[in-house]
Amino acid sequence: MHPVVKTVLERLGLGLATLFFVSIIIFSAIEMLPGDFGQAILGQAALPETVAAFRQELGLDKPAYIRYFDWALGAIQGDLGTSFSGRNASGADRSAEVVDKIAPRLWNTLFLASMAALIAVPLSLILGILTALYRNSFFDRSVNTATLTTISFPEFFVAYILILFFASLNQIFPSLANVDPDTNFGERIYRTALPAFTLTLVIVAHMMRMTRAAIINLLASPYIQMAKLSGASQTEIILKHALPNAWAPIATVIAFNLAYLVVGVVVVEVVFVYPGVGQLMVDAVRTRDIPVVQGCALIFAVTYILLNLIADIIGIVTNPRLLHPK
Amino acid sequence: MNKDTKTYSAAGEVGSILETRSTFTRLKIELTKAPLTAKFGIFIIIVFVGLAIFAPLIAPYGEAEVFPEPYAPWSSNHLFGTDQIGRDIFSRLIFGARNTVGVAFATTILAFLIGGALGLAAAINRSYLDLFLSRTVDVLMAIPQLIFALVLLSIFGSTIINLIIIIAVLDSTRVFRLTRAVSLNVVVMDYVEVAKLRGENISWVMRKEILPNILPPLIAEFGLRFCFVFLSIAALSFLGVGIQPPTADWGSMVRENASLIQFAQYDLKAAMTPLLPAAAIALLTVAVNFVVDWFLHKTSGIKDEK
Repeated sequence: MHPVVKTVLERLGLGLATLFFVSIIIFSAIEMLPGDFGQAILGQAALPETVAAFRQELGLDKPAYIRYFDWALGAIQGDLGTSFSGRNASGADRSAEVVDKIAPRLWNTLFLASMAALIAVPLSLILGILTALYRNSFFDRSVNTATLTTISFPEFFVAYILILFFASLNQIFPSLANVDPDTNFGERIYRTALPAFTLTLVIVAHMMRMTRAAIINLLASPYIQMAKLSGASQTEIILKHALPNAWAPIATVIAFNLAYLVVGVVVVEVVFVYPGVGQLMVDAVRTRDIPVVQGCALIFAVTYILLNLIADIIGIVTNPRLLHPK
Repeated sequence: MNKDTKTYSAAGEVGSILETRSTFTRLKIELTKAPLTAKFGIFIIIVFVGLAIFAPLIAPYGEAEVFPEPYAPWSSNHLFGTDQIGRDIFSRLIFGARNTVGVAFATTILAFLIGGALGLAAAINRSYLDLFLSRTVDVLMAIPQLIFALVLLSIFGSTIINLIIIIAVLDSTRVFRLTRAVSLNVVVMDYVEVAKLRGENISWVMRKEILPNILPPLIAEFGLRFCFVFLSIAALSFLGVGIQPPTADWGSMVRENASLIQFAQYDLKAAMTPLLPAAAIALLTVAVNFVVDWFLHKTSGIKDEK
C-alpha cells in the first residue's frame, strides 16, 4: 500500500477511537450524577410515581452499556434526547428535544466562527510570514510585543474594550449581536462584526506566533541554506523550497486555532448575547440541564477532534518525504 | 586592595577578594541586569501578592458590605463607585485579588502535584502504567478544556472546591506530558540507574535524583500554567459557573457591572468600572508572562536568533 494511504488510514482509525472514548466520557456525565437527581429536577413535591417514570424514561433501569449504545446510536442519527427543563412535579412534560434547541443555534455559531476564521487566517498567515522574513526588525518586535500582550488578555476584556470604543462611545456597531432566522445576510454580518473582531484579535496572536516559529524553524534547516548558497532568489526559496514543507506546520497551526475558536466562541457569545450553541451550553450548565450540556459538549468535542484530524491528514498528504518515498 | 603600580601583584589582587556572594546578592545582581519588562512583571506580581495577603487592611470597606446607593458614581467615598447592589467596587477589587489569584494559585499547585507525580512515575516506570496514563491523557486532551470543565461543573455543581479540583485535574494533563517528556531524558542517566541499583525506592529516585534536574522547565511551565488556569477560572466565573457570589471575584465582577458600559457617553468613568477587574486579570497575566519569558531566557541559555 502507498505509505500516504496507510498513514491516513492509521490516523482515521486513531481519530475514530478518540471519538469513541470521548463519547463515553460525555455519556458518563449522567452516570456520575447523585442518586436522587430525579427528585432534584422534578422538585421536592414530585410524587414517587413521577420520579419512577422519569427514571424509566432515562432508562436508568437498564445497564449502562446498553444505555450508552442507545444514546450513541441516537446521537449519530441526530437524536440527543430530551431536555430536563420544562418538567415539573405533577408529571406534566413540556420539555423540548435537545436537537430542536441546538439546531438553529448551531448555524449561528458556525456563521460567527467562520466569519472570524475568514478574517483571522489570511491575516495571521501574512503577518507570520512577514515577521519571519524580517525577523528582529522593528516591525517584527512591535508585532511580537502586541501579540504577547493580547494573548494574555481574557476574551471578555477584549470584547468589552471593543464595545466601549465601537458601540458605546462611537455608535458604529451594535453592542448586542441579536440575530434571528429572518435577519438578512448583510444585516447579519453587520450585527456579528464586533464578536467576530473579538475572536479575530484573540486567535490572530496565537496563529501568527506559531506561523512565525514554524517558518523560522524551516528557514534554518540545511537544505534551505543549500538553496541559498546555490543562488536561488528569496521568492524562489520561499515558494519552491520552504512552502512544500511548511504546509504541515501551517495546517496544524490553523486547525489548532480554529479548535481554539470553538472554545473562545462560548465566552464571546455570552458577552454579545449572541444566540449560539455556546450560550445555550452555559445556560444549561447553570440550570444543570445535563442532556443539553451533553449535546453541546458532543458537538464541540467532535468539531475539535475533526479539525485536528483534518490538519493531520493535510500534513500527511502534503509531506514531500511521504509523497516521494525512496 | 593595593593599587600602587610599584608594589602591584596579580596574586595579591586575586587573593584580596575574599567575599563570597550570598544568594541574596546574586539575586540582586541578576535583577538589576533583568530587562525592563521582567522588572515590571516582578513589580506587578509583588503588588498583587501584597494586595491579596493584606486585603482586609488595605480595603476601605468589607468584601460584602452593602451601601444604600447602587451604581454610585466614582467619588472620594467610593473610589470606583458601587456595584448593582451597592457594594464598594474598590474594596471588592482588592478582595478579588485574594480570591481569584488564591484559587488560581491553589489550582495550579494541585495540577502540578498530580501531573508532576504521575509524569515522573510514568517516565521511571515505562511499562503498562506509562502506556495507560499516556493514552488516558491523550483522550482527556481531545476534549476542549473549557467545554470539559463546563460538563463537569454541571454534574458536580459550582463550588470553589469542585472548581479547584476539576480545573486542576484537567490541567494536570499538560503538566503530565511536559514532566514525562523532560524526565525521560534524565531517567536514562547513569546516576539514576545507580540509585535504582542501590535499592532506593521510586519516591526517592523521583524526588532526589530526577526532580532537581527537571526543575527549570517545570518552574517556567508553572508560570504559564498559572496564567492559563487564572484565565480559565476568570472565564468560568464570568460565565457565572465559577466562583459564586457574594465572594468577590474579578471574573464575575466584570459580568455584574457590564451594563454600565452602555453609558460611556454620559459618564466615561462609570463605564470604565467593568473594565477594571478585567484589566487586573490582564495585567497580572502579562506580568507573569514577562517574568516567565525572562526566566526561560536565563535558564535555557537560548539567545535570540541573530
